[in-house]
Amino acid sequence: MKTDIILAGVGGQGILSIAAVIGFAAVENNLYLKQSEVHGMSQRGGDVQSHMRLSGEPVFSDLIPYGNADLIIAVEPMEALRHLPWLSDNGWLVVNSNPYINIPDYPPVEDLIKEIMKIKNSILIDADTVAKDCGSVKSANMVILGASSPHLDLPCESLENGIRRLFASKGEKIVELNLKAFRAGRSFSGSSNKLA
Amino acid sequence: MTKIVPWSVKIGYYYVFVKKRYFMQKLLLLGDEAIAQAAIDAGISGMYAYPGTPSTEIMEYIQRSHTAAMEGIVCKWSSNEKTAMESALGMSYAGKRALAAMKHVGLNVAADAFINSAITGVNGGLVIVAADDPSMHSSQNEQDSRFYGKFAFVPVFEPSNQQEAYDMVFDAFEMSEKYSVPVLMRITTRLAHSRASITTINPLPQKNFSLPSDSKRFILMPAIARERFKTVLDNYEKFPLENRLEKYNSFRDSTYRRLGIIACGIAYNYLMENFFAKELSFPVLKITTYPFSRDIINDIKYRCKEILVLEEGYPFVEELLRGLPDEDKKIYGRMDGALPRTGELNPDIVASALGIKVKKVLSPPAIVKNRPPSFCKGCGHADMFNAVKEAIEPYHLKGVFSDIGCYTLAALPPYNCINSCVEMGASVTMAVGAADAGLFPSVAVIGDSTFTHSGMPGLLDAVAKKSPVTIIIADNMTTGMTGGQESNATGRLENICTGIGVAPEHVRTIVPLRKNHEENVRIMREEFEFRGPSVIIASRECIQTASRRKKDGKTEHQNESENEN
Repeated sequence: MKTDIILAGVGGQGILSIAAVIGFAAVENNLYLKQSEVHGMSQRGGDVQSHMRLSGEPVFSDLIPYGNADLIIAVEPMEALRHLPWLSDNGWLVVNSNPYINIPDYPPVEDLIKEIMKIKNSILIDADTVAKDCGSVKSANMVILGASSPHLDLPCESLENGIRRLFASKGEKIVELNLKAFRAGRSFSGSSNKLA
Repeated sequence: MTKIVPWSVKIGYYYVFVKKRYFMQKLLLLGDEAIAQAAIDAGISGMYAYPGTPSTEIMEYIQRSHTAAMEGIVCKWSSNEKTAMESALGMSYAGKRALAAMKHVGLNVAADAFINSAITGVNGGLVIVAADDPSMHSSQNEQDSRFYGKFAFVPVFEPSNQQEAYDMVFDAFEMSEKYSVPVLMRITTRLAHSRASITTINPLPQKNFSLPSDSKRFILMPAIARERFKTVLDNYEKFPLENRLEKYNSFRDSTYRRLGIIACGIAYNYLMENFFAKELSFPVLKITTYPFSRDIINDIKYRCKEILVLEEGYPFVEELLRGLPDEDKKIYGRMDGALPRTGELNPDIVASALGIKVKKVLSPPAIVKNRPPSFCKGCGHADMFNAVKEAIEPYHLKGVFSDIGCYTLAALPPYNCINSCVEMGASVTMAVGAADAGLFPSVAVIGDSTFTHSGMPGLLDAVAKKSPVTIIIADNMTTGMTGGQESNATGRLENICTGIGVAPEHVRTIVPLRKNHEENVRIMREEFEFRGPSVIIASRECIQTASRRKKDGKTEHQNESENEN
């Protein structure tokens, strides 16, 4: 088993919380893991990415080669497209449709959506709205993780355990909220693969 | 099988409960954290550092560690890398193990202390971590610290993965004490900031306080230094055969010997990535410690007609191999274009150097725009630069001298109002020099932590020569760019500046808020017009640390903050 995942977003959007949950789940399943992160200047509103590699065998490179990612999880539409060179032929692109606009020349969102729809295995989800319906827009990352989960070679229970561990210190209410968001994302992926 | 303990589990508690003998445990750690954990386990009594990407997390890990707290390991940030290096040497002098860590350019600041510590030698083990940043993800150059190791005649460890990083720290301390030599550990961004699981070994106790029996060697007067230098050189000859270095270098032969590959540090991973689950059909020499013996190079040199050298950073080994003039052997590497001359390596670059066909991949559509970093929403620096921009306008200046930190982002639109960012503290003294040449007004913008790192001597220069400069200290009460570490400047700036000799009436404090804009512009212009050294402290807490503090429910810092925009 080997899964290469690119997590993409903008500094401050919290992609590492998604990485942490996957990390917990991978550890629970005794997988080898390497996960590289971006620290430093780019964290100030620049584009950030994390390369995450899970495998039954030892992992060598901390970086994923181009065209090898089984999954790109993007919490922002333009950042999804930036990382296309890593997507493998049969890889999946899971994207939050809500843009993070902090540059003056941000392209029209419809154009970005059009480009995302061109990718054969893409899941576009309005994670912010789904999260809001679950109780807090802050859990949008868990919605996206849920939407990605059918394409992660990890048991769903392990991911839920990961969420429990990540949010344990914040109390049962927050844990439940995030689990709800995760499940909503997962059922979205199960029902329809594309956002109208 | 050992159990994996995730990074969030406070490992310190284990340590207590199993009575100082933790069993081998697996931890999921960043490369930086693996080094920190190893240093704790190797029995350090103190760590000294100044924050700098990608090295910062080493100190942060020790500061968070319960074990370190219970063991009383000293772990407060130093004012700069030089003071960190010197304090570490002092702790070593007193017989205890010490770790110093810094980013690659930090080693420039610490270089005087570092190189001379090789001459004095050490008492307790002394290990210095230099975290290099090839591709300059968060730095102004991509210098390769291995050259510093050679320059100072000290052993260098260059781990290829997180486990090696952990293991090597133990050998580094042992070597340091065996040869009375400081030992350099060189890592790069990808290792520093990538997580993997590591297996720990039983921790060692701290060393006892014990002053050196031959303390004269710490007095580097010429007669003593000359003697010491001979010992240093003698030892350097012995290092290649030292088991603690040698065991990390390995040669794997192959019957197919057209091309031999030398892979250093993490470049080895990128090589192996291309042969995942396939037989490696080249003789491969993996190098992770320096200096290495001539013999291991000869093994591959005599077997193979051609050699490809893979190394992260400068062509350090490649240059050794090529010699002058190049021998007839064909050598590929960064110097002949087989690999790019600059920037970090990755599996794809290594694949193309090996002649492996890279598959066709998608490219980002043209509508994808660059997203450079920018000031956080509500950042005080933004309000400060709006005032600076307006204050310098009548003088037809395009910008001011600046320095290393978040405020360097004023180089980008919509601010475009800094002219320089060179190295820590340079803004102050460049302003002094430019004023000497006739620039008026000569203005520097420097962060609070950068000012106490290296700006203070420059301000003393300005005072001594009554230089007409205005130093604006962007005081966000933290070391912001690296993630909000404690700044030694906090609460001390006014006293420091008047203490250095700036007239108290020309040390002004402003609060960079939009509502104070007009007043701040006026104060700046007043000080520009003063024909002597003046300081403006623009003081407002970093928006990031402020919001973290609010979340943690701690008490209010001194300034109000403005959360609008």
